Amino acid sequence: MTGFPSDDVPELARGVHDMGGLPGGPVDRHEHAVSLWEKRVDALLVLLTRKGVFSVDELRNAIERLGAEAYTAMSYYERWTASIAWNLMQRGVITADELGKRMAEIEAEGRQ
Amino acid sequence: MTPAARLSVKRFKPGQAVRVRRAFPPGHIRTPIYIRGAAGVIERDCGDCVNAEERAFARSGLPALPLYRVRFRQQEIWPGYDGPDSDSIEIEIYANWLEPA
Repeated sequence: MTGFPSDDVPELARGVHDMGGLPGGPVDRHEHAVSLWEKRVDALLVLLTRKGVFSVDELRNAIERLGAEAYTAMSYYERWTASIAWNLMQRGVITADELGKRMAEIEAEGRQ
Repeated sequence: MTPAARLSVKRFKPGQAVRVRRAFPPGHIRTPIYIRGAAGVIERDCGDCVNAEERAFARSGLPALPLYRVRFRQQEIWPGYDGPDSDSIEIEIYANWLEPA
């Protein structure tokens, strides 16, 4: 073998999520509390996938396509939320118009 | 014919030498980028699994694809790896990503 598989990986082909072998710094091993909204997002995904609205593979696919900046800035369940919204629009369950209006309403109410 | 049905399905036996295809398609790929092109050995047959690369695009992912656990030598994967020669890494890889070595 002339080199290592990772030697000449085309950088443009590497998704931001595909980070095996890259420097990652120390692993944070602390437990952290899960907030109510995160539990609700988790429950929502379980319902959507069990009912066959879309699959976990579609969830992951959309997360991988958030773009490096958003992927890095978002928390774990923020990525899920963005992907669930994308997939619900992809599958015709909601429209972008409905989602946008509801998001603006909630923001105006000052809710978390 | 569905996209998944166009895949050529290869069968391997434990102990058989294989190489991971060196390819960089777009899509939802379950074969990590760092292992593409690497040579390894079939550790076990994990059975046939729904094809996640297809199901990621709202298709059925059927027919299911054989999934294999493949063992690689760490020293052949990472430049400057300074662990013991016996260190290995095992990755579960779908049959469409493997070729006989």
